[in-house]
Amino acid sequence: MPDTSITEGAYNYAYLDEQTKRMIRRAILKAVAVPGYQVPFGGREMPLPYGWGTGGIQVTAAIIGRDDTLKVIDQGADDTTNAVSIRRFFAHVADVATTTRTEEATIIQTRHRVPETPLKGGQILVFQVPIPEPLRMLEPRETETRTLHALSEYGVMQVSLYESIARHGRISKSYNYPVQVNGRYIMSPSPIPKFDNPKLDRSPALQLYGAGREKRIYAVPPYTPVKSLDFDDHPFEIERWNECCAFCGSTESFLDEMIVDDAGKRLFVCSDTDYCEGRR
Amino acid sequence: MSAPTLSSPLLSARNVTKRFGGRVACQDVSFDLWPGEVLGIVGESGSGKTTLLNCLAGRLTPDEGSVTYETASAGAVDVHRLSEARRRLLTRTEWGFVNQDAREGLRMGVSAGANIGERLMAVGARHYGEIRGSAADWLARVEIDADRLDDRPTTFSGGMRQRLQIARNLVSGPRLVFMDEPTGGLDVSVQARILDLLRGLVEHLHLSAVLVTHDLGVARLLTHRLMVMQGGAVIEDGLTDQVLDDPQHAYTQMLVASILPV
Amino acid sequence: MYVAVKGGETAIAHSLHLIADRRRGDRDLAELTLEQIDQQLGLAVDRVMTEGSCYDRRLAALAIKQARGDLIEAIFLLRAYRTTLPRFGDSEPLDTARMVAERRISAAFKDVPGGQVLGPTYDYTHRLLDFSLAVAADRPEAPTAPADTAHALPHVGDILAREGLLEPPPEATGERPDDLTRHPLSLPADRPLRLQNLARGDEGFLLALGYSTQRGYGNNHPFVGEIRYGHVPVAFIPEELGFAIEIAEIDVTECDMVNQFAGSHDVPPQFTRGYGLAFGHAERKAIAMALVDRALRARELAESADSPAQDEEFVLAHSDNVEASGFVQHLKLPHYVDFQSELVVVRALRAEVEERNRRAAEQAVTLSQAAE
Repeated sequence: MPDTSITEGAYNYAYLDEQTKRMIRRAILKAVAVPGYQVPFGGREMPLPYGWGTGGIQVTAAIIGRDDTLKVIDQGADDTTNAVSIRRFFAHVADVATTTRTEEATIIQTRHRVPETPLKGGQILVFQVPIPEPLRMLEPRETETRTLHALSEYGVMQVSLYESIARHGRISKSYNYPVQVNGRYIMSPSPIPKFDNPKLDRSPALQLYGAGREKRIYAVPPYTPVKSLDFDDHPFEIERWNECCAFCGSTESFLDEMIVDDAGKRLFVCSDTDYCEGRR
Repeated sequence: MSAPTLSSPLLSARNVTKRFGGRVACQDVSFDLWPGEVLGIVGESGSGKTTLLNCLAGRLTPDEGSVTYETASAGAVDVHRLSEARRRLLTRTEWGFVNQDAREGLRMGVSAGANIGERLMAVGARHYGEIRGSAADWLARVEIDADRLDDRPTTFSGGMRQRLQIARNLVSGPRLVFMDEPTGGLDVSVQARILDLLRGLVEHLHLSAVLVTHDLGVARLLTHRLMVMQGGAVIEDGLTDQVLDDPQHAYTQMLVASILPV
Repeated sequence: MYVAVKGGETAIAHSLHLIADRRRGDRDLAELTLEQIDQQLGLAVDRVMTEGSCYDRRLAALAIKQARGDLIEAIFLLRAYRTTLPRFGDSEPLDTARMVAERRISAAFKDVPGGQVLGPTYDYTHRLLDFSLAVAADRPEAPTAPADTAHALPHVGDILAREGLLEPPPEATGERPDDLTRHPLSLPADRPLRLQNLARGDEGFLLALGYSTQRGYGNNHPFVGEIRYGHVPVAFIPEELGFAIEIAEIDVTECDMVNQFAGSHDVPPQFTRGYGLAFGHAERKAIAMALVDRALRARELAESADSPAQDEEFVLAHSDNVEASGFVQHLKLPHYVDFQSELVVVRALRAEVEERNRRAAEQAVTLSQAAE
């Protein structure tokens, strides 16, 4: 079958063609210029399925170069299957060094967590975002949510928090907890646990958020205020555990719960594997 | 900017005309609404009264004519030339709109308290206890039991939903309320209670209102002044008692004659 | 200890080997060739080309082989390849009146200029399993009349339109339609954008939506004005030449739906159009697309629009099976961080309720003791 169009050489460096990368970088620049604003971009089909990180992968593909060191985590861990798969993808198509060490990475692509190790200036945190619109579950129509953002009409978001307190006695939203960026746009921080929200506030690292299926990119530039929504008399608070990590003894990190035997015995361990290993 | 005095009307319509395709829904309507005044718009269904109301409230853009509103702090504004942002702000602060179908004016998926509190939160209230307190206060003022504060309007009767919609509108202290058949589709006894409530609130809060109804009984009870519409045009207007007791236009005479004396 | 989700490198490598192995199946059987898939599973190839929006039978056949016949997976493979291809320009619009039709029927008229051509169709087969196909055998070729390439096939719709009975086809604005594969869908969308979305849309989704309009959810009394399938030339104007040259011939299925429209105060009653087009032979897709296209014009035609098929945002946002399949299946990915957060909250809430109940019970006991 002599058909060269089906061979591997058909793909550009970092998979995307250079024009597409420029288009994505322009969207990123706009996103950085208007923190928290969702910039529509011409998202492409990627060789990984929608919902599995295509937004983050496109952002990473657009910014990555041979000098970069890439770290990929999913649920805080470097060795979960999807993280492995994405890291392999970039090692393969972008010929880039990879690491599991947070402090060594120049680009960290993540799903559902922010590393426990504080980030530094010059690092870029790329979030994979399933539903970029924080108001979507309250208002399904894009034309309407766009208007609400444009006019800063955010009463409906506060209504949902009020309702949560009225129903449960506290704000029961535990992840994808809405934030307001730089006093202007309300933003979905992606489904990170609210435990991670304070790490977004005034972070020295650049935060880029990519939603592939919904074709939106947004950003939080370094040192930008990010406030978790709350009420004066029901202030935002994060999860706490009575246990500590069974491996490293940390009492300050987000703990995963594991069922370790058939009797239902539980063990708590750090969700961030790199952080945990560094403390042992 | 000086506060509006009796010499400046709160709302002025000038030659308001709205067409749908080739059909004229309302034609060349002009009037002034004064502070504290309740204006009724009556007519049969299809007479153009709801179209007019929607033009006045900025929900529809008239093809010709203008609507001017005297704001609390920024002087007179042309309702249809305001930016969408300012018009929407106006509709949730200085104005209220009571729909005939309460489901259209309420969030059916959240509690009564959240429904009432929304306007407060929309303009920046961030103290849960205070918002809840205001909501409870307004629930009482529209005569709904305090223990229904956390219930959703889906569990409310039609009359309760309408009273909840009124509370949701009035909590932000509006100066002008638009009402579209607020008692339409309700039982007579339920209607009477809502009319009573509305009359008390309007007097007590010194509200101005534009009320659309096909029911002359409702008009007599609530409005100071009446406009009678037929085929999109205003054919008679004047003080309510005058229009109803001594109708001049043949159509108004027919309307008045067709209802039983109250 | 349960650590299956933390598979890592080795587990993935093994999984890739396994899928390749399962794909090949029993080694005693001959391996499928792309030619066999193209020739003998041609309708599958057509669907993958249509929804993959890439007309290349060989690539589509490869995708089907690689996906082991999972057509949505194959569409995904083809899309992910297509998206990396450079563009050198846009072809001229297809002129389907120049189609050399293998099949062409109108359900609105008994006869039409150019004639009714039944062509290859399952419509009149009896759906009885044909056990003679179970074994390979020599199959006789069908007798065919030479194709009429001399005459253009006028569109039935254009004949109706001349009489004013059917709305004229939309006029060419000269404006370049937006390209969904390059720019995100922007709402509200115009008709070219909607048609693009529907052409790429999942056949099953459009089928269900089209069906729902027939069952009263946005009915617009459709008639198949015409459906045709055959070969059309693709023309392209290279910049350096400045005139059109034919660069390919492709097979397409086109459906012109004629729908009732009551007219309004200003406009006398007139039939309106719904349009469907698919690569290859795909009548179900083309008809369903035409129904949904017409349903989505409700607002433009000042009809009430309260059914799902008339809801532009709903339809356009959910029609793409590559997007849908990915997002639905991403639920297989670990979510244990989010679930952990939920666990913490639910436990705390349950503890509060239990504590309240316990205190209420104690109080009740105290009260009843006091009463005694």
